[in-house]
Amino acid sequence: MKCRRCREPAVIDIRRHNAAFCRDCFRHHCHEQVRRAIDDFDMVEPGERILVAVSGGKDSLGLWQILRELGYDADGLYVGLGIGDYSDMSGSYAREFAAARGWPLLEVDLPGDFGFDVPTGSKAARRAPCSACGLSKRHVFNEAAIANGYGVLATGHNLDDEAAVLLGNVLRWETGYLGRQHPVLPAARGFARKVKPLVRLGERELAAYCVLADIDYIVEECPMAAGNRHLGYKEALNTIEERSPGTKAAFLFGFLERGHERFRGDAEDERADLGACRECGAPTPGDLCAFCRLRVRATGQPLPFLAEEAP
Amino acid sequence: MKVVLRNPRRELELPAPRTVEQLLRHLEVVPESVLVIRNDTLVTRDESLRESDVVEIRPVVSGGAA
Repeated sequence: MKCRRCREPAVIDIRRHNAAFCRDCFRHHCHEQVRRAIDDFDMVEPGERILVAVSGGKDSLGLWQILRELGYDADGLYVGLGIGDYSDMSGSYAREFAAARGWPLLEVDLPGDFGFDVPTGSKAARRAPCSACGLSKRHVFNEAAIANGYGVLATGHNLDDEAAVLLGNVLRWETGYLGRQHPVLPAARGFARKVKPLVRLGERELAAYCVLADIDYIVEECPMAAGNRHLGYKEALNTIEERSPGTKAAFLFGFLERGHERFRGDAEDERADLGACRECGAPTPGDLCAFCRLRVRATGQPLPFLAEEAP
Repeated sequence: MKVVLRNPRRELELPAPRTVEQLLRHLEVVPESVLVIRNDTLVTRDESLRESDVVEIRPVVSGGAA
């Protein structure tokens, strides 16, 4: 195959674009897709500092590198989840990546800073591990972005991730989630703006970007994610994509262009009428936010304010 | 040629020549879910693989975390 742009020998083929690229032109393609996502969805304002949630995986490290190459002021945040060897390895990849480039990497450690890890939290709260993980990460990411003065938090969610989430939400008609699913979640009181600049790039493209840019990333999968529903949706979509290239992108962007607005009403009330968590100050409809409730259950310890109130 | 699969890691010896596409079909791997790396270089699906090649089939699907 020849590169679509320069006609040199290609190293990666992207069927949904009916194109193949050489190394340099593929880098250009990735940059253009991210630039277009940021512009189309007004993700970042000029001069804004970006905090990139990094896991040591291909998407987040690729995102951080692309943002920096596009000239954005982007720092990283790694959250240690306490998932044994997997967390040790992923943390190493994130640190080595940042150190090699001299880029700031903030770190938060769930066990060290909050007294519990994802496996314990999952069991104590009787939540699936991915649920406890997602809840914890979202809380920590938001808290770190606000506490450190970042205008926007960027995550490495890619086209495949978003298409799989959309499929799950449609299959169960989760209209509230459909109303919220968008590459940009605007800032609100107590919430930093959250953006997904990789939304126009597939997982395979991110992996290829990292290989071609000599970015070392963790290839092994989180042991707690094996067999989860999200992976099942991705497998189904990839099987469809193989027969009909472009289906994932048509599904996701068709929804964003023509379907999302119809569900906005179902999501609008969720961020209204929120108070502040009595423990950490995070926005919450109740007394304690979901993260602090998880923390109480996982550690078996009352939180400081609760201990003060005990007779 | 030596074929290295990941997650979990295992190695196979398979006859060449064949194309990347033929190899993936033989292994019943969906091409959209992997990268194929030959001797540390990415290759497209039409590329012919040789007896002396070491081919890594790297999964790209993440389980839910970024």
